[in-house]
Amino acid sequence: MSSPIIRRAEAGTTEAAWVRYTLIGITLVFLFLFLVLPLAAVFAEAMRKGFDAYCEALKEPDAWSAICLTLITALIAVPLNLVFGVAAAWCIAKYEFKGKSVLTTLVDLPFSVSPVVAGLVYVLMFGAQGWFGPWLQEHDVKVIFAVPGIVLATVFVTFPFIARELIPLMQAQGNEEEQAAIVLGATGWQTFWYVTLPNIKWGLIYGVILCNARAMGEFGAVSVVSGHIRGQTNTMPLHVEILYNEYQSVAAFAVASLLALLALVTLVIKSVAEWRHEREMKAIGNLPPENIKAAPLDLSLKAAS
Amino acid sequence: MRSSSAAAAPAKRRAPARVLPGFKITLGYTLMYLCLIVLIPLSALVFKTFTLTWDQFWAAVTGPRVMASYRLTFGASLIAALVNVVFGLLVAWVLVRYQFFGKKVVDALVDLPFALPTAVAGISLTALLAGNGWVGQYLEPMGIQLAFNPNGIVIALIFIGLPFVVRTVQPVLEDAEKELEEAATCLGASRWQTFTRVIFPSIAPALLTGFAMAFARGMGEYGSVIFIAGNMPMISEITPLIIIGKLEQYDYAGATAVATVMLVISFTLLLVINGLQTWQRRHSGAPV
Repeated sequence: MSSPIIRRAEAGTTEAAWVRYTLIGITLVFLFLFLVLPLAAVFAEAMRKGFDAYCEALKEPDAWSAICLTLITALIAVPLNLVFGVAAAWCIAKYEFKGKSVLTTLVDLPFSVSPVVAGLVYVLMFGAQGWFGPWLQEHDVKVIFAVPGIVLATVFVTFPFIARELIPLMQAQGNEEEQAAIVLGATGWQTFWYVTLPNIKWGLIYGVILCNARAMGEFGAVSVVSGHIRGQTNTMPLHVEILYNEYQSVAAFAVASLLALLALVTLVIKSVAEWRHEREMKAIGNLPPENIKAAPLDLSLKAAS
Repeated sequence: MRSSSAAAAPAKRRAPARVLPGFKITLGYTLMYLCLIVLIPLSALVFKTFTLTWDQFWAAVTGPRVMASYRLTFGASLIAALVNVVFGLLVAWVLVRYQFFGKKVVDALVDLPFALPTAVAGISLTALLAGNGWVGQYLEPMGIQLAFNPNGIVIALIFIGLPFVVRTVQPVLEDAEKELEEAATCLGASRWQTFTRVIFPSIAPALLTGFAMAFARGMGEYGSVIFIAGNMPMISEITPLIIIGKLEQYDYAGATAVATVMLVISFTLLLVINGLQTWQRRHSGAPV
């Protein structure tokens, strides 16, 4: 099909075969060493003493309470940040106002704060010597070294995930469809539910699962505020640390393997969301009429700094 | 709230802003939530720091152990980010330009460090690189020690930072116009010249942004590092661990002082990254 001239032009924009294969080879070896091996090691170490020992380790009551606490934390933190993420994306992407870029930067702020510092600020607020410490003690409310502190620290570190995912997506899609809905008599809520939400659903799903993965896996911030009380304020990552430091390697990796599975499920859902979005965009692109701008779904996580 | 800003820039204000409902309520909620969760707690840190005298503050943030931890954290993050620039560019290049079996799986796997909890990454890298691990058992006879010393910290930070570089460079490479490369070839440039003179300048801003992001993440990283570092004072103790150590000794003032230094560093890096991203958008010709 391609004429010799075109073929020569293509040869000019790619490398010689041996260069290509060498680069692919180096890449695969690098990714195998740095990504595949650590992942495989988690499962191998968990199964080191056989499947029965693995199941035993997961049946431990302390492990169970850690799993429950992790689930509760994520169940509170993710919806809170979901509501915030949608609200923030709506006002930042749909309107122009003064100080918008400052607001966008501030939304990003928790990403760049070290998790340990994030935990520390809540200790300074609610700890025994903190701002609200004496008041909380009077009223017998525990925040630090208790579940509320863990939830707060988790909310802080997962704060920007959903907003960061939605803002560029909604900006790229523009306001025309929503304006049309409003002009046709839809209420604001109907407009959001029937027009905006279908457009952003894959980005939203992606933001939620990423937020969830981080909420369940957060270590540094939670470690500062939890107090490490076994069976009470231990989340799964903290439980992994305790077991590991007690040289209960199999038990530590067994709990860790659950978190690794969570990571794999997250990656699968992310890829499916990306492919579905691409397919929908292609389907829209194949429609003949108006000039529809296909908004690229930016699942690149580059905001996650 | 609208009237004042509308008066300030009547010409710039676009009509759409008035049609869609919900501006005040979403902005109000965003600001309230931002203040409650982020700004007020962070201000608690700053106010606590101001209760220290300057001498107390200076003594806390310049102790020999703390200074050693700054050097280590900074150095390890820098090396890891540089390694990630090289390999991140390579991975992005291969994923965008070449076809090979299992490419989609490899592409999905690049995000693993984002999805895998840091503590899990930490213990698993340690298990691999320790003297009896899958990799460590071959390296130890050769005299290479990667776990329980600063080398381990660099390895952990490479793992954590890789996706930042790949995911910032990848979309830019995808959008790069092939016509420019064809033109370069037609004008007699070799493939290497085309890469260094045509392709590289166009992806340099993205590469720098990815570098800054990986570096910033490395400076604050805690979970994956503490397992593999060995945590020896003066040798392999990172700054976040210093904060934890001071907290465990109930030295809240010292912990706060060091945390403030880290907060200032991360805020500076955030502004640098924002500036780089603006530059990158301008560079690629898109509206800022």
